[in-house]
Amino acid sequence: MEQRVSMILPLVLYLGGVMAIALWSQRIGKKSRDTKSFIEEYFLGSRSMGGFVLAMAIITTYTSASSFVGGPGVAYKMGLGWILLAMIQVPTAFLTLGVLGKKFAIIARRIQAVTVTEFLRVRYRNDLVVILSSIALLIFFMASMLAQFIGGARLFQSITGYPYLIGLIIFGITVILYTTVGGFRAVVLTDTIQGSMMVVASIALLWSVVHAGGGMTAVMTRLYEIDPALITPFGPDNFISKPFILSFWVLVGFAILGLPQTTVKCMGYKDSRSMHNAMIIGTFIVGFLMLCMHMVGALGRAVIPDIQVGDLAVPTLTIKLLSPFWAGVFIAGPLAAIMSTVDSMLILASAAIIKDLYLNYLCKDPEKVNPAALGRMSFISTGILGILVFIAALKPPSLLVWINLFAFGGLEAVFLWPTILGLYWKRANAVGALCSIIAGCGAFFYFTITKVTWMGTHQIVPTILVGLIAFIIGAYAGKRPDDETIRIFWE
Amino acid sequence: MKKKERFGQAHKEALISLGLYGVFFAWWYGAAYGLGSGDPSSYTYIWGMPSWFFYSCIVGYVVISFLVWAVVRFFFKEIPLDEPSKEEGSEL
Repeated sequence: MEQRVSMILPLVLYLGGVMAIALWSQRIGKKSRDTKSFIEEYFLGSRSMGGFVLAMAIITTYTSASSFVGGPGVAYKMGLGWILLAMIQVPTAFLTLGVLGKKFAIIARRIQAVTVTEFLRVRYRNDLVVILSSIALLIFFMASMLAQFIGGARLFQSITGYPYLIGLIIFGITVILYTTVGGFRAVVLTDTIQGSMMVVASIALLWSVVHAGGGMTAVMTRLYEIDPALITPFGPDNFISKPFILSFWVLVGFAILGLPQTTVKCMGYKDSRSMHNAMIIGTFIVGFLMLCMHMVGALGRAVIPDIQVGDLAVPTLTIKLLSPFWAGVFIAGPLAAIMSTVDSMLILASAAIIKDLYLNYLCKDPEKVNPAALGRMSFISTGILGILVFIAALKPPSLLVWINLFAFGGLEAVFLWPTILGLYWKRANAVGALCSIIAGCGAFFYFTITKVTWMGTHQIVPTILVGLIAFIIGAYAGKRPDDETIRIFWE
Repeated sequence: MKKKERFGQAHKEALISLGLYGVFFAWWYGAAYGLGSGDPSSYTYIWGMPSWFFYSCIVGYVVISFLVWAVVRFFFKEIPLDEPSKEEGSEL
């Protein structure tokens, strides 16, 4: 019992800190006088993120349960080759910020956009683009949040020994509360604490694993004895083939430029200097986290070689190698990763409902909605979305990993080309965007459901190609964008 | 800085970032498959780690972190993100 208490203690302290931030954020939000400034504050924190906060917001939104549990679990089975695969994610932060950052920021301010959908609305001037992308966003976000909730609760269960339901309640309620109450500002500030928590947790665990294994050389020798393939880039039975690993340069590499939950962060930072710093800090920290956590999984095999289920590798190593207090600190790391992914999606899903759908289409006179009413509506929609996902997670489906990767790919299929080409290709127009959204999404469903693969690659590769071709054909079939659009986006 | 130049600079920085992405890919691929394709019994080790892993994952990570710093420091410019005020606007 005492062990459990010392394990829970760091968690309670940490969750308390997170709630305190949410309340503080809410006080800032209350200061907004009109509808526009309320919207900018609640959904985008009044565009005030500095470099460190921006870096942490992007990293923690992007790193989820799979970076801490699923990924290292596979590394446990596959060895060093899976770390090689994980390192594909190192450029995430600088690629997103470097490619989209400045142009997105300038245009978002010019058109006063707080969501990616809103950028699409002004760029393409087409209601169908707005409605389809908002609906796709809601569906894929709900699926993804569900996977995160379940992953978090299971992790809590396997480390502390408390029932699944208690884990789900503790961090489900926490994340719904602070996001609902504090809005975007609470989301990015808690992301900062959560990111720091993740770094501390991963160092503690990696150090313990190498120490328990008797040093790096001993660990590698042991891995070689278990199976020489564990220390090659290819993994046992050549599982990590080249077409397979190269597809990840698309799935978790280039195509992340289409994930609305990370690209929206490009609208919310303070100035150029913040963006520059975030690129440097973000690359450094994301690489550090990926390297440490996946090394924990791969090297852990040498320390405790007989774990059957990959997902249990990290929880088992945590319990066996760390003292209860440090295990508590560690579990806060992945929980932080999960909560920080959920919170970004929750606030953006709420923005899609309130800003993209309600204010644009359902409300007759958006100028006249008073800020207090809009505030209540934003709180309520964020809360309801969270509770819906929470209820769905009470009876977890067994297709967890599948759901998460599916949502990831689906978002990329819908948003990648309309976002990038909208920013950088003058000929891009509504017909192209619509063709790309429909063909991309259709191709993604087709390839995923029929499990058809193209030259050994992941389904996302043909999906992205189909989306691009459809966009180009559609763009040339439709009219050129009008002068007004060109003026806003290029002059 | 004039309005159009801001976009010009932003476009240039986007291309540089893509270039850097290519550099990281080349390093990652070259080190991993250049050094790691042989039989694992013939691997050389650095700090206890197979050399392909050391150069691709660890050195690659350090190199890209440094390159991002260098590129941002020397090629990226601080530009205003908000719209220029009226007086500046008139000279556009």
